[in-house]
Amino acid sequence: MIATPRPRVAILGVGHVGSALARILLDAGYEVDVAASGDPQRIQLIASVVMPGARPRWAEEAVADADVVILAIPLHRFAGLDRSMLGGKIVVDSMNYWAPTDGVQPLFEDDELTSSEIVQRELAAARVVKTFNHIGYHEMEEDRRPAGDPDRRALGVASDDPDAAAVVASLIEDAGYDTVLAESLRDGVVFEPGGPVFGARLDAAAFRAAVAGELETAA
Amino acid sequence: MNTETPNFPLAFGLNTFGDVTADGEGRPISHAQTIRDLVGHGVAAEQAGLDFFGIGEHHTDDMPLSAADVVLSAIAARTERIHLGSAVTVLSSDDPVRVFQRYSTLNAVSDGRAEIILGRGSSIDSFPLFGYDLSDYEDLFEEKTNLFAHLREGGPVTWEGRTRAALRDQDVVPHLDAPLPTWIGVGGSPESVIRTAQYGFDLMFAVIGGPAARFAPYAELFHKALEQFGRHLRRIGLHSPGHVAATDEQARAEFWPHYRDMITKVSATRGFAIPTEASFQRELGPDGSLYVGSPETVATKIAANLRILGADRFDLKYGIPGMTDESLLTAIRLYGEEVVPRVRELLA
Repeated sequence: MIATPRPRVAILGVGHVGSALARILLDAGYEVDVAASGDPQRIQLIASVVMPGARPRWAEEAVADADVVILAIPLHRFAGLDRSMLGGKIVVDSMNYWAPTDGVQPLFEDDELTSSEIVQRELAAARVVKTFNHIGYHEMEEDRRPAGDPDRRALGVASDDPDAAAVVASLIEDAGYDTVLAESLRDGVVFEPGGPVFGARLDAAAFRAAVAGELETAA
Repeated sequence: MNTETPNFPLAFGLNTFGDVTADGEGRPISHAQTIRDLVGHGVAAEQAGLDFFGIGEHHTDDMPLSAADVVLSAIAARTERIHLGSAVTVLSSDDPVRVFQRYSTLNAVSDGRAEIILGRGSSIDSFPLFGYDLSDYEDLFEEKTNLFAHLREGGPVTWEGRTRAALRDQDVVPHLDAPLPTWIGVGGSPESVIRTAQYGFDLMFAVIGGPAARFAPYAELFHKALEQFGRHLRRIGLHSPGHVAATDEQARAEFWPHYRDMITKVSATRGFAIPTEASFQRELGPDGSLYVGSPETVATKIAANLRILGADRFDLKYGIPGMTDESLLTAIRLYGEEVVPRVRELLA
């Protein structure tokens, strides 16, 4: 059997979310580089203790070598991110816009577009995939189950690029979750805070049902 | 390797957010009565033999505890032994100089019993109230922690930053005999653990969901970071919510409906999932963050998690809006008189 090489992952952000994602992907056998703003020396200790195996690097270098880049930064840091380095990359948007907690951010104050659509608009040359935004960082490790386990939780994956969505879905499945694909980034609105699956532990069937109900209502 | 042996005595505290309780007919009592009751809780905590009583700053109708230090001062006047502090002070939206002054004053009033737990602020009401932008919370906390660390050392302070007027050779009073015991409350950000070690503060894990065990790597990170910064070992504490009653059934019945209502209410503004019976059961178990039950149930869980984290302090966050004052006073008594001795026994 010829194994497809696994995508290399770069995670931007080593806070709650970034470090939990690094651990579950390392456990699943992925190569993971991590970067914060600035010198990787600053996050050496964090990486070695809380995500052993992850390689701390400068963001530009980690991104350049990666197939999949996960944005695990607070949304208000997005505006300051160097967007040029992300062209052509599959970019996972794990962020949420929740003004009562994060403050009002003019870039994301938009009645028409979801936060991930705005991220895609700003990163026009990237292939944005929305996921991981609706699971608590503290549940990411705890809720993993092997494929076929009746308790296996499902995560939603939304993108306008089906190939990018498939790559990310396969990475999530390797990490220990089923996936439910939404048709478009816009449909990812159902994963957002206040939506039917936000923070909810659902298996794939229940997730599909919850999401379907919501999209029908919206249509 | 750090060759020091951790040798901090085990300590047990209570934390409250000043939740408004309900009268016999389920109606919320007044803010003023809530605050007077809290003074009673502090006194009851000392009588029950506890080591620490902390009040977390909140600014809401159901948690009207916006001036914790004033309440703590009243408790200080009626107690002799128990340590008193914030749990937490939302430093990001406060002035470090005023925080220092209020708590060094409390330290004077209480004859050296003040402590302070600093937080970045997962409770966010203070930001708009005091004119801060929530999207600045990291920078605000970073800079203000730095200034607070200078103030805490005593002596004239020279400091400059972006979030407050500069200080030049400034004497800040009242003076302390020794630096205030200072903790940073950490909810799971490794960078916050590093910062705590950098300043040589104590580390309080705020575990409000999921297993405490997931913080074990952070305890290791803290020890390694202290070593890297050339600091002495510091204390590690665990803060989690709970309730104690005579039996598991009673404790759960008293706690659950109010817990459900509170989280449901918060979920509307914070994006939390609404709790279900199943999620509640999970949080009650060994992999959850709630300490609700009989003294034996609660003691067993505390002992297990202190051991897993190598922690030497446990702070039980008691009270939820809508519970009765009577049930809270019973919980305080049972926690101090039955749970704590049992935990000490289990860890001996």
